[in-house]
Amino acid sequence: MDKQRRTFLKLAGATALAGLSAPVVVNLNATPAMASAAAAGHGEETRQGMRLGLLIDMRKLYGRTDLLDKATEACHRVHNVPKIEGKKSEIKWIWKTAYANAFIDQSVNHASKITRESEFLVLCNHCDQPPCVRVCPTKATFVEKKTGIVAMDYHRCIGCRFCMMGCPYGARSFNWMDPQPLLKSVNPDFPARMRGVVEKCNFCGERLARGQEPACVEAVKEVGAIIFGDLNDPNSEIRKVLDREHTIQRNAALGTKPSVFYIV
Amino acid sequence: MYNKGTIIPGLVIFVLLVTFPIWFNAFSTASTVPKLELPPGGEKECVASATEMRAKHMVLLNEWRDDVLRSANKTAVTVGGKEYRRGLQTACMQCHTNKDKFCDSCHTYTSVNVYCWDCHLTPDVAAAKKETH
Repeated sequence: MDKQRRTFLKLAGATALAGLSAPVVVNLNATPAMASAAAAGHGEETRQGMRLGLLIDMRKLYGRTDLLDKATEACHRVHNVPKIEGKKSEIKWIWKTAYANAFIDQSVNHASKITRESEFLVLCNHCDQPPCVRVCPTKATFVEKKTGIVAMDYHRCIGCRFCMMGCPYGARSFNWMDPQPLLKSVNPDFPARMRGVVEKCNFCGERLARGQEPACVEAVKEVGAIIFGDLNDPNSEIRKVLDREHTIQRNAALGTKPSVFYIV
Repeated sequence: MYNKGTIIPGLVIFVLLVTFPIWFNAFSTASTVPKLELPPGGEKECVASATEMRAKHMVLLNEWRDDVLRSANKTAVTVGGKEYRRGLQTACMQCHTNKDKFCDSCHTYTSVNVYCWDCHLTPDVAAAKKETH
């Protein structure tokens, strides 16, 4: 009996030791995997192929509120976006906002007068790592593989608004009411939306297919304030300007890798 | 057979009652099969034959939707020498401009409730609110 207890205690001791050392072994194995994940997370762009992006040169838009409104108006007209008053119900694809709202993590004390007093054009950033796509339960929001556009399939949207929670840029609007009766004029080539779906900028995918520029780019053409092009093409106009100028992105620290750049 | 006088008239009445919907429909004018009309613009060709379209237009619409929207193949179809961008508003309704006759007459008859027009603009709305500038 005594001898049996002795073996049992030995065995128990050995098991306890093995149990204690197990996390170390697991950790050792886990390290290389975590290192590679980190490298991918903070490295260069992960997606290959075409990736459409936008560069907004705010220097050409300071003091030109009329142009900002013109861009919004042009976009909302071609996409049948109704004008609804009020922060809760309004639908916006592209709009103007103060620097502190647009660049939350880059607002500073003693900002220049022009930074404090100007309004900035903001829209969906068509991120390379879009949180809205990750949270969508029906894949109604998805990345168009051909272009890198973060697109929406309104047929699939169930109106759960997870994407509105996920988007750090507030680029998504919810249709609290049927938008069709609220449209004063329509673009017959584009559909409207229905009550209960979320909507956002689509980088004018339907216009690009016809060889046209995005509506906002066209609207501010007179000053050439917005450049549109393929970010993955080293010879595109947008890349040449990006290589030359210092640009900023909205909330770049979040790691969403926005495709919309700003010169401020 | 016992009670022949009761059973046979009873059976006749029973059969008449059970088949009531069939013979009632044969003589009633409450619902008539929708009469089809060709597009008012005089187009004679469609993307597929009339029989195929009648049977499978919903499948085609779903395929177009997925291809244009999700696969981003925003290509056009050529019908009768004219190009149409694939889509309900940009292709179908360009010729079939009367939604009431083209869509609703059959859908109402067969009690099919489509949700296309929750978002898509009907030719009437498109024409009435078409921007002028």
